[in-house]
Amino acid sequence: MGQESDSPVEEQPPPLPPRPHASSVSSAVDPKAFQAQATTAITSLDIQTLSFPDGTRGTFSTHSRSTSTPIGSGYTSPNPPRPSSSGAEGDDAASIMSFAPTMRPAGDIASLLTSSLSKKSAAWNLLKAQAANAQPFEKHYRSADDRLANFEKEFDALPDETNEYFKDDERLAIWRSKLKQYMVLSSAGKPIWSRHGDLNLINSSIGVVQTIISFYEGSKNPLQGFTAGNTRFVVLTQGPLYFVAISKLGESDSQLRVQLEALYMQILSTLTLPSLTNIFANRPSTDLRKPLQGTEALLSSLADSFTKGSPSALLSSLECLKLRKSQRHTINNTFLKSRADKLLYGLIVAGGKLVSVIRPRRHSLHPSDLQLIFNMLFESEGIKAGGGENWIPLCLPAFNNKGYLYMYVSFFEGVSGEQATAPAAAVGQPVGEEIAMILISADREAFFSLKQMRDDVAQQLAKNGSLAIIRDAARAGRPSMAQIAPGSPICHFLFKSRANVQFCMSNLEPAFSHPVKRRRLMTVYHELHASTHAKNAHLKILQCVSDDSTSLAWLTPAFELYCIGGPNLSRAAMAQGANKIMQWIKREENRLFIIGGGVF
Amino acid sequence: MAEAPKPSSSVKLVLLGEAAVGKSSLVLRFVNNDFQENKEPTIGAAFLTQKCNLPTRTIKFEIWDTAGQERFASLAPMYYRNAQAALVVYDITKPTSLVKARHWVAELQRQASPGIVIALVGNKLDLAGESQSTSDEGEGEDGGDARKVSTEEAQAYAEEESLLFFETSAKTGHNVTEVFTAIANAIPETSLKSARGSGAAGTANRAGEEQRVNLSGPRDAGAKDGCAC
Ligand SMILES: Nc1nc2c(ncn2[C@@H]2O[C@H](COP(=O)(O)OP(=O)(O)O)[C@@H](O)[C@H]2O)c(=O)[nH]1
Ligand SMILES: [Mg+2]
Repeated sequence: MGQESDSPVEEQPPPLPPRPHASSVSSAVDPKAFQAQATTAITSLDIQTLSFPDGTRGTFSTHSRSTSTPIGSGYTSPNPPRPSSSGAEGDDAASIMSFAPTMRPAGDIASLLTSSLSKKSAAWNLLKAQAANAQPFEKHYRSADDRLANFEKEFDALPDETNEYFKDDERLAIWRSKLKQYMVLSSAGKPIWSRHGDLNLINSSIGVVQTIISFYEGSKNPLQGFTAGNTRFVVLTQGPLYFVAISKLGESDSQLRVQLEALYMQILSTLTLPSLTNIFANRPSTDLRKPLQGTEALLSSLADSFTKGSPSALLSSLECLKLRKSQRHTINNTFLKSRADKLLYGLIVAGGKLVSVIRPRRHSLHPSDLQLIFNMLFESEGIKAGGGENWIPLCLPAFNNKGYLYMYVSFFEGVSGEQATAPAAAVGQPVGEEIAMILISADREAFFSLKQMRDDVAQQLAKNGSLAIIRDAARAGRPSMAQIAPGSPICHFLFKSRANVQFCMSNLEPAFSHPVKRRRLMTVYHELHASTHAKNAHLKILQCVSDDSTSLAWLTPAFELYCIGGPNLSRAAMAQGANKIMQWIKREENRLFIIGGGVF
Repeated sequence: MAEAPKPSSSVKLVLLGEAAVGKSSLVLRFVNNDFQENKEPTIGAAFLTQKCNLPTRTIKFEIWDTAGQERFASLAPMYYRNAQAALVVYDITKPTSLVKARHWVAELQRQASPGIVIALVGNKLDLAGESQSTSDEGEGEDGGDARKVSTEEAQAYAEEESLLFFETSAKTGHNVTEVFTAIANAIPETSLKSARGSGAAGTANRAGEEQRVNLSGPRDAGAKDGCAC
């Protein structure tokens, strides 16, 4: 897959954390450090940071608990877990009180946490049980201080100019209420694209942005970003273009910059670098909207996937469809056998998850290029809604930003693998289950030979049962936490295999299927990611406790694991859950990830 | 559809015209009898097929729906090079789109196969106020007339250049099948005989032009070889 995948020898299975052993952390760290600051949402590094600066890389230390006891089994557990003394789970009086109104007032919680008292208070056990069963983000959010209060309207289009019921300033007010803005403008100040609002409406805002950026441009220290109230502005300059992200969602600068970089890649993918450079070299005041015509929808769907929260963008990696190794092997071989001479890359993708890749030995595919392709196919309607087959000139900037490649795309229909003639939606193919074959060539005349290849491969896949297997796997969706780590209080995880540049995660349904819940989840992951990837961060393990969730990040050279549970989970519970997830991943590694792929 | 063996031939057809005039919508109406209100722009080009039954023969259209964007202009010859028919589409509410259509017609007359059948199509007729479309199932919801290109002007131009001419609405379906049927009828018999639809997009496939027409059976049976006939 990714750059590193050429050398599967170097991939080693991620080491499992050692079993928890007694009293390693609590002695080394001041328990007060883990006390939550009341009910503040986790927003920065210094809250609930559980780092292990003692150099035990990847070592997971927890309290004295036998790992065999299922944590979070609630009432029925004959031997309920002893609360940890770090206070990490007992910090939040408010939410605890809301679970157990008969509890003592907040002042007593602290004493409750001391080990002598924590022994076996019935109330505590009840409390603990409930806390462990709680899902994240269940608390009641007051709309005044919940930044996601308007998230459901985030993607609604602004009323357009012809709508007489809205005056311009009302339109601007709606525009300003968006949580996330993206703008692209030329260094000469010409607007190129904006996610929300037509360019007439926001022209003056774009002018202001351009003025601010170019004011700093002259100095040796170009503007990177600034904060206004709860809003963060981040600027990326790429040649003649300025990219601006304006976010109230709390991403880090480098995360926002990665998003802007992706928008730039989309523009390069449309134009190629030499042609972009030429356009502005010849006429710095060029209006780039014309040359980019038709790309707006792709930029918007890309932007929206970031706003919704994209694990793929966050981790700069791809997700694969989980398949048995032998099944994937059969698919790869079928694919390779019918390979057309002109083929550069071949991909089979189901609902945005990679099923199979074939590629020449000396070339690999870059996640950022694949992200553009997946966005085009699965996030925007341009191709899916057209029916038929497509022949698309595009530049894959990470592969070669100087020239175009030609991409054949066809969606599958029915079990025979015939080519879809009607829009996927009309055929009743649920989103997430559409299967597409993508064949890329450097030859613009290769359409019919690739079409032939597609027909051959599709016929073979249908005949040897692979197509049905792919369809079933796509329909089955991601595995649930109950399957992965039964009994664990962890509700969701996100895992990146660094060697394979691929990620996997547990099912979002049902707890995170609502867009707001999903965004809260992704915000927690972004915060964990930002804290562990900050410039001077040496964190290998980080536990965050907030009033609506407990979350954990665990980084080693081989992988990144992020997971989340309800509020008030003990570190022991989190550690044990993380261990179970790691065991599962280790066991399923060959199914979760494409290791190597088909090479010719 | 398993009709008695009627002669069947492929016709390669290309759609050209400014972006957003409704090329893809016309194809969608013709192929799937469907319409989408806010269609996202075509990316690159789409290849679709659809059969058209004439009394004496079956025509299988192999349709290239191009994106019509400026930056793809240099790719256009690839799509019209061996085409036997072209639909040059403009939007009756947008005069500049007719100017663009004239450019396409001129380019086709200069560069495409000499016998190419060209139809000039003024789309979005449902937006015109005079409403000859009252007979159709859907009528323009607002009474206003958004027409900016008169029928007479376009018709006169079409006659001058010997083009077929239609005003259509992909939205209501008005005149859509008629355009394709008229094209099918206008393709000279001789051209059909030698016509080899398939691989005609590439010069590399010229050699295949002598091959016999494929009398493929019903669609489902021949689905996978359908377009490669
Ligand atoms: N009112 C009306 N709108 C149409 C008609 N045909 C297409 N459209 C709309 O015009 C827009 C552009 O259509 P599309 O088919 O993508 O144009 P293309 O770029 O030429 O392929 C879409 O929003 C269509 O819904 C029509 O006959 N009447
Ligand atoms: Mg189109």
